Amino acid sequence: MEAQLQALKTEALEKIASAANVKELNDVRVAYLGKKGPITDLLKGMGKLPAEERPKMGALVNVVREEVTTSLEERMVILEEEAINLKLQSETIDITLPGRPVRTGNPHPLTRVIEEIEDLFVSMGYEIAEGPEVEKDYYNFEALNLPKGHPARDMQDSFYITEDILLRTHTSPVQARTMEAKGGEPIKIICPGKVYRRDNDDATHSHQFTQIEGLVIGEDIRMSDLKGTLSVFAKKMFGDDREIRLRPSFFPFTEPSVEMDISCFKCGGSGCNVCKKTGWIEILGAGMVHPNVLEMAGYDSKRLTGFAFGMGPERIAMLKYGVEDIRHFYTNDVRFLSQFQRTEV
Amino acid sequence: MLVSIKWLKEYVNTQELDPAELGEKITRSGIEVDAVIDRSHGMTNVVVGYVESCEKHKEADKLSICQVNVGEDGIEQIICGAPNIAAGQKVIVARPGAKLPGGVKIKKAKLRGEVSNGMICSLQELGIEGKLVPKAYAEGIYVLPENAEIGSDVVTNFDLDDTVLELGLTPNRADAMSMLGVAYEVGAILSEEVKLPEATYTEAADTAASMLTLNIDAPEANPLYVAKVIRNIEVKESPMWLQQRLMAAGVRPHNNVVDVTNFVLMEYGQPLHAFDYDSLKTGNITVRHAKQDELITTLDDAERKLSPHHLVITNGEEPVALAGVMGGANSEVSDSTTTIVIESAYFASGSIRQTSKDHGLRSDASSRYEKGVDPNRVIPAAERAASLIAELAGGEVLAGSIIFDELEREEKIVKVSPDFINTRLGMKIPFEDMLEILERLKFKTEAANNQLIISVPTRRQDIQIEEDVVEEIARLYGYDEIPATLPQTEARPGGLTPYQAKRRMVRHFLEGAGLLQATTYSLTSEKSAKQFALTETDTTRLLMPMSEERSILRQSLLPHLLDSVTHNTARRIDSVALYETGAVFLKTEDELLNEEEHLAIAMTGLWLDNSWQGEKKPVDFFVLKGIVEGLGEKLGVELSFERGQMDDLHPGRTAFIIHDGQRIGVIGQLHPTEQKERDLKTTVVLELNLAELLNLAADPLLYTPVPRYPSITRDVALVLSKIVEAGTIEKVIRGAGGKLLKDVRVFDLYEGDKMEAGKKSVAFTLTYFDPEKTLTDEEVVAVHDKVLKALTEVGAELRS
Repeated sequence: MEAQLQALKTEALEKIASAANVKELNDVRVAYLGKKGPITDLLKGMGKLPAEERPKMGALVNVVREEVTTSLEERMVILEEEAINLKLQSETIDITLPGRPVRTGNPHPLTRVIEEIEDLFVSMGYEIAEGPEVEKDYYNFEALNLPKGHPARDMQDSFYITEDILLRTHTSPVQARTMEAKGGEPIKIICPGKVYRRDNDDATHSHQFTQIEGLVIGEDIRMSDLKGTLSVFAKKMFGDDREIRLRPSFFPFTEPSVEMDISCFKCGGSGCNVCKKTGWIEILGAGMVHPNVLEMAGYDSKRLTGFAFGMGPERIAMLKYGVEDIRHFYTNDVRFLSQFQRTEV
Repeated sequence: MLVSIKWLKEYVNTQELDPAELGEKITRSGIEVDAVIDRSHGMTNVVVGYVESCEKHKEADKLSICQVNVGEDGIEQIICGAPNIAAGQKVIVARPGAKLPGGVKIKKAKLRGEVSNGMICSLQELGIEGKLVPKAYAEGIYVLPENAEIGSDVVTNFDLDDTVLELGLTPNRADAMSMLGVAYEVGAILSEEVKLPEATYTEAADTAASMLTLNIDAPEANPLYVAKVIRNIEVKESPMWLQQRLMAAGVRPHNNVVDVTNFVLMEYGQPLHAFDYDSLKTGNITVRHAKQDELITTLDDAERKLSPHHLVITNGEEPVALAGVMGGANSEVSDSTTTIVIESAYFASGSIRQTSKDHGLRSDASSRYEKGVDPNRVIPAAERAASLIAELAGGEVLAGSIIFDELEREEKIVKVSPDFINTRLGMKIPFEDMLEILERLKFKTEAANNQLIISVPTRRQDIQIEEDVVEEIARLYGYDEIPATLPQTEARPGGLTPYQAKRRMVRHFLEGAGLLQATTYSLTSEKSAKQFALTETDTTRLLMPMSEERSILRQSLLPHLLDSVTHNTARRIDSVALYETGAVFLKTEDELLNEEEHLAIAMTGLWLDNSWQGEKKPVDFFVLKGIVEGLGEKLGVELSFERGQMDDLHPGRTAFIIHDGQRIGVIGQLHPTEQKERDLKTTVVLELNLAELLNLAADPLLYTPVPRYPSITRDVALVLSKIVEAGTIEKVIRGAGGKLLKDVRVFDLYEGDKMEAGKKSVAFTLTYFDPEKTLTDEEVVAVHDKVLKALTEVGAELRS
């Protein structure tokens, strides 16, 4: 009987080892360990043994059963894993196929530039002021120290609708309106918006374009405050290592007037095609608010002083992104617009 | 303003500065140097040659074979194609090895079998603009004066070894529209003195007054007039130095008389005019306003009709010049002129500006008068011109001048304290430094009681107030010296207004929905101005449009936005989704327009395109409607849609967007005809009065408790007549469902073959919910039966 048991064990272990899958293995389990299996049969046949052999034989059967069970379980783990692997393998996909596109739009590059400037000045306590694009000659010119017949009106030939109404040529009338509305109180605003001038559209001219101007009026506002403010702007907009320089210039509504250059952000000042070998790039015009402008808006120019600055988002966008033709901003070619999607920080 | 450095050096020491360095200093001090132009263009090996003989080329009748004496190397054969080449001329010869402007290199060559050892040059070939070349030489080679030395270098002998600074002058710096003005500026920058030109000549015994009388009938427009008479002159070509000065300054040489007037104009900034005395006929000059419809033919051969606000110079009878703008053809100096009248006058800027504008005529003279000339240079300029003409045309200057003079020319006094200057700048410039700068500017200054009392020379009419002095001091002290500080203002938070914040929110929402932001022009054509306009008003037209395409202010954004869509589809970008926000312009009673901020959207092609997975969804009305609904939710604004009609939109696929009973927008598919017109496929569009939405204040945001009890849904499929709208049925359901009915949603629409003709099937999901407890089946059945009953009453047929 012992020999029979050993043979049974060897036979079972062989079958376990050769079971190719979970089902076959389960068949082995049923065949050998099941209620109708040979081991159970052996246990049942124990009654025929002499009483003194029963415990020894019983122990032996149990050992064999344990061994077969353990082997079966071990084999089961392997086969299950194989089965899972097989399933996973069959489920493999081509991960190089494209993902489902997430449809996103993006702002116009000019909006991007304008909002970046807005956010910077808002963080410094400025408010955003807006005004009409169709303006009175008074706000567009006269209130800004540009009386009728002033030679500087030539600088910005305009689109008139009537003798007194025109498409604004700059966003400065918003400053004039704000000053009038504030009635002598301090001001800290920036004014973004569309403006219009009689220019034939070409690579560098557009009859419609955008501007952002800033105005600060308060007690003892000095030219050094203008320089400091513009320096903060230049660093934030074009990089921390930017330097600025002011050059004397002329605008009827400021005195003194300056133009601001920044050190070239491409070559750092050594000279390249962006800065036309000068190391400097002209970015904006600025100055101390002309006393006539203050007085006309009801400010006491002896007590309150101010500075103003103005720049062109088109120019900034062209410089920053390397855009060579201003007409791109108004053509709305999807292949152009969709390039202004990603962050730069 | 073009400034020849060689010429400039006649008035001021430029301290041997390299032209680029000098240019940089001028730029940094206030006048922008736009360009530094080397007149030599790096030319070499260009010499004076003498044409010994000149014969026609046998093989080519336009070519001449010249034997040219080029100095040390003797005679060279050169083939020349210029029509004006002739033996006995001194000419400009580019020798083999010469480099000319534009990278041209001269080599020995053979032309139709004949050797050519170099090239005889025109001025254009030396880099001089064609419009500046004297007319006599415009079509051929330039002929040098007889005294030119054979074999000598052309570049150094004829002032081509010069650099020109191109100044970009701002309107305030009219003083720098003259060589002397620039000399004063450079003198101030470099601390150098200015040397004024000389005027010396011998006067004839006869007086000018014996030949000419003067009447000024318009003293307010012409408060100063000086005339000089010069007789026995010989009108001829100017000497080379004068021609070169003028060409360097961008002026074309004509003859010695005209050239001198232009030279002095450039030198002093004072316009001059020379009349042929004999052509004046009357020996009289009268300055007056023109008569209505009076005619004059100006030097450019244009006949011009005048009106009384134009000022004219007359001979007492008829106009002989348009004052300050251009001379008349009837009194022009010609080769046969022997006696001339030189005019130097002060004309009020407004009058000249008007005349110049009315006739579209801007000259070197008018541009200076418009900005205001220096009243103290009118007389010296006349004297300087007389002296040069006497020298160059061999004339005899009659004694004295004929002068009308009512012109005030006091120096302006500006008083300013050093404290004021330093406070405005945020600097501490020492007092002595301020005085030194004013001295460099040649502003006579007295210092008294902590004040600078400055007499501003009349050449600097831009200096009027204290702030102007602040700028003068600062720019010459150096803007680099200004420290960088920040304004010490009351700390107030900046920020966006609710309107501005919401506008950005709209932008982010639309971009999140997959739309690209576009920007189009506000000016449009008559045809497009009102297309898709939400409000009917008259159009607004520019007084002087540049083109019909840009003549009217838009009343809607869509036409140009659709142009942009077509721009893309024409370039095979089939799927386009653009939006734009911007003003439209509506006429009102007021003189200003009502500028309404609109939002427009235009979409065509595929909305969803996941091609390899087989998902493709073209845009349609409902894609856009979904965006609008989402936007309404984002802004907390209730929007509804009402079937409508609009020109150029599909009559069955158009809806007005309603808020609070008001139409605030339109959404629809383009009419097939319009689509074809615009070369587009199915395109859906929106035009919305965005301002109306953004101006509404949203309700405070309060949370509703998260449901603690489950909701129960029931589906209902209905057979309806095709003309019944789902929205109508939804209203019926909501009406009958009461407060337990939480939501109604369409989940299926079927209009296929299996339906009876004229019918469709619409299926709704109804969600019942009670926030207080779990609904029982009986409760739901009770409400739902009410709903079904209501549906049956309106003729909806329940589908099993």
